[in-house]
Amino acid sequence: MSMIHVTTTVNGDEVEFLCDPRETLLDVLRDRLALTGAKEGCGTGDCGACSVTVDDRLVCSCLMLGAEAEGKSIGTIEGMANGEELHPLQEKFIEYAALQCGVCTPGVLVATEALLKKNPDPTETEVRYWLAGNLCRCTGYDKIIRAVLDTAADLRKAS
Amino acid sequence: MAPDGNMTNGFKVVGTRPKRPDGVDKVTGRAKFGADAAAPGMLHASIVRSPHAHAKILKIDTSKAEALKGVKAVVTRADFAEGLTGENWNILENVMAGDTALYDGHAVAAVAATTALAARDAAKLIEVEYEPLPHVTDVDKAMAADAPVIRAGAADKSVPEGMHPNVVRYHESGHGDVDKGFAEADLVIEESFKTEATHQGYIEPHACLAQLGPDGKGEVWCCTQGHFNVQKVCAALVGTETSQLRVTPSEIGGGFGGKTVVFIEPVALALSRKANRPVKLVMSRSEVFRATGPTASTSMDIKIGMTREGKITAAQGVFRLQGGAFPGAPMEFTAMCAFAPYALENVHQIGYDVMSNRPKQAAYRAPGSPMAAFAVESVIDELCNKLDLDPIEVRLKNASKEGTKASYGPKFERIGLVETLEAARAHPHLTAPLAEGQGRGISCGFWFNHGGETAVSLALSEDGTVAISVGTPDIGGSRASMGQMAAEELGIPYENIRTTVADTATLGYNEISHGSRVTYASGLATIKAARDAVKKLCARAAAKWGIDEEAVVWEDGCAKPSGPNAGEFEPLPLAKIARSMGRTGGPIVGHYEATPEGAGVSFATHIVDAEVDKETGQTKVVRYTVVQDAGKAIHPTYVEGQFQGGAAQGIGWALNEEYIYGEDGRLQNSGFLDYRIPVASDLPMIDTVIVEVPNPGHPYGVRGVGETSICPPLAAIANAVSNAAGVRLTELPMSPPRILKALNDQANG
Amino acid sequence: MVEVNLWSGLKAYTGGADKVEVEARNVGELLRGLVRAYPDLEPTIEAGVSVAVDGRIIASSLTEPVSSENEIYLIQRLKGG
Repeated sequence: MSMIHVTTTVNGDEVEFLCDPRETLLDVLRDRLALTGAKEGCGTGDCGACSVTVDDRLVCSCLMLGAEAEGKSIGTIEGMANGEELHPLQEKFIEYAALQCGVCTPGVLVATEALLKKNPDPTETEVRYWLAGNLCRCTGYDKIIRAVLDTAADLRKAS
Repeated sequence: MAPDGNMTNGFKVVGTRPKRPDGVDKVTGRAKFGADAAAPGMLHASIVRSPHAHAKILKIDTSKAEALKGVKAVVTRADFAEGLTGENWNILENVMAGDTALYDGHAVAAVAATTALAARDAAKLIEVEYEPLPHVTDVDKAMAADAPVIRAGAADKSVPEGMHPNVVRYHESGHGDVDKGFAEADLVIEESFKTEATHQGYIEPHACLAQLGPDGKGEVWCCTQGHFNVQKVCAALVGTETSQLRVTPSEIGGGFGGKTVVFIEPVALALSRKANRPVKLVMSRSEVFRATGPTASTSMDIKIGMTREGKITAAQGVFRLQGGAFPGAPMEFTAMCAFAPYALENVHQIGYDVMSNRPKQAAYRAPGSPMAAFAVESVIDELCNKLDLDPIEVRLKNASKEGTKASYGPKFERIGLVETLEAARAHPHLTAPLAEGQGRGISCGFWFNHGGETAVSLALSEDGTVAISVGTPDIGGSRASMGQMAAEELGIPYENIRTTVADTATLGYNEISHGSRVTYASGLATIKAARDAVKKLCARAAAKWGIDEEAVVWEDGCAKPSGPNAGEFEPLPLAKIARSMGRTGGPIVGHYEATPEGAGVSFATHIVDAEVDKETGQTKVVRYTVVQDAGKAIHPTYVEGQFQGGAAQGIGWALNEEYIYGEDGRLQNSGFLDYRIPVASDLPMIDTVIVEVPNPGHPYGVRGVGETSICPPLAAIANAVSNAAGVRLTELPMSPPRILKALNDQANG
Repeated sequence: MVEVNLWSGLKAYTGGADKVEVEARNVGELLRGLVRAYPDLEPTIEAGVSVAVDGRIIASSLTEPVSSENEIYLIQRLKGG
């Protein structure tokens, strides 16, 4: 099968790759671009561990083909920190121990950042429903929800 | 120096909440998990799995697959070691089927190719000819006279005569005279319960990268709870020497018991040997559900007698556990844990290990105990309801304490059940008003905890910082707690220590991270390794000062002269001794290797409020409180995390999660859409109370905390749901159809 | 002699006794003594058992001392999650 040539932007950098038409965006990110922060927990869009943004929209990268990235702007967990300065969500997740094994964490952080861009003052219920597509098996979500609400409050104070 | 005995106060670092050393890696996507590794020349592998629950494998034709472009190796059972016995044979039989496929998803062949897509395409070209055989997946049906035999001769001699050959092990224990006890009761309740199999549901599927050369030397990178076990088992299964295989554990994306076993690593090694190239093998989610190690499903009969005053006069239980197509369902732990919270004069328990056409069960957090608690604590709740007694007071009245003869035999050492019950009684949750449609449930739970083989090494650097190597994969923040314990002993800042999970070539054998053993056993070993280093530091100071080693003490990170004749010397800080260590006797490394045997057992009490919608059968957990004895919480935040995680998994097990097999014996819900684990919007905040009754077997009093937290939830939620719905729920999960059925059955009398 | 309490499922191997006596100074001698006196116990003991000595569960160590003063129970080897 012939490969498809794709030009796209990932975390602000222009990248090019060749991919099989059957490869998902997640496959491409992980196997062709060596961005292994997004994880494959299910491959069916149920767990959210592969969450990325495509033109600022939150998507499961396992549900999108790599070829569909042509001309788009992709955001992954690797682009979240600004140089050595962690994003406030990243800081707060460490401080609150809002992660245990950490395999869901990249997806949870990408999804949460997308939420706070849309809704800087979410209620606990809104956070819980927004993150309902990001499975975490370790924490029971308690510390994640607290970290998100507290970061949102900090960001509102700062702005 | 810290005292050798039990130190339970005056801590400087232990009990604080420093940041985890793997935090930045994990929030930036840099942390490397099982599937995140790559190697030059790497191939990708795919496994062919049986679509049948039970079938004879007549023929495997690999020719079309081998002819596909990019395919470099195909393996079947013939490519693994022969002549294995005991558990190694069972593991091999599970890793790659022999002449019979024993469950839906059982591996029968595997292929390695240059790309993952090519490997998947090739797997589809492998033609397997099957002769389907009769199958059974339900535990009670597997014991019935007409059940197909999974494997003749699998039973050991403990099984009473006349049982079906699928009953492969038997357990019986207890003491006193239960008949006499039941006769003394004012009320005896007898009830039967069933629980379905659940999966640990770790988000990271099993993954490995393996290399095995023609010289018999190999490397494995994998996500596992125990890389030394992977090394040992893989060496046996592929027929190489243990020390020639080096296994490096990746970050592990959840395990909860499910990554204590080996599934894909030997397959990747066998493929690698054939192709002489590194092979990466990653399971899909569907493969994880179909072919790793879910829990046993159970069928249980409980009988308990109680006086009007709430004293339990006798208790007995029969526990039947289906553990898949292999012996090993943890029925003895179900039996031994069932009545452990209570001081009973008359108690009797029986366990049956039953084989069926399901995947080989694996451990899941306190294996066997949560189901027992569900059944037993449901009956106790029913007794309290019928006798109009307070459920906490009844449990306090019967609670096991130090010196109580445990239901499984020996006397308890110092334990903290009463303390958890008292803390639960004092918690505002217990007296908060309930809304319409809500019910409250409480339950106790018990787990043994474990020590196990452990080796730790602790090396000083010239700048006075310290590198700790442990052999137990970090599944709950243990790198932080090891750093804290070492900082406590050495008297240096936590930030000056880095803890690494070392590969199999670096340390002596370490048992798997299981049995809630890591903070206990690796923690104890870290403390002892630090004390070994301190002894060496003191010796260097003594040599420098020209005084006896015994005249030097270690305080606040410095060697100091002590005693009347030691003389006057400036204290020597660790960094100063370390700076010159190369010229004063060589590198300073503390180490400790042992099998610590003092893991203290642990108890918990949970309180839960549930709201049941009687129209839809939907249940919502509205409030949850965990009270558990941690012995000593090294890092309280991570202890809370274990409590909350166990409770959340218990909520899933109680309300949603189950393996659903069709009439054809195939698993019908092998994805997260249909096997629904709790999501954020399903759960409330989970309140925690850490009780600290020190374990006499650990220098700081630590008890394991990871597993006990999943023991009470099934029962506590069942009690809450039953109290809310007004009908006793006896089957898990309490999914809407089961709740509606219970309500209907009640309405129809 | 030390008295060893067995779980009652093992009675099938000891001619009905769930309490037996063996000559032993440590756990290893105790287990060997049991196998000598009741050869049918060997597969169970080989598969792995723990010994509770005065309530402390000795999961693996064969060198742990035992005496006639101790309360000793054989229990099944733990496998955790």
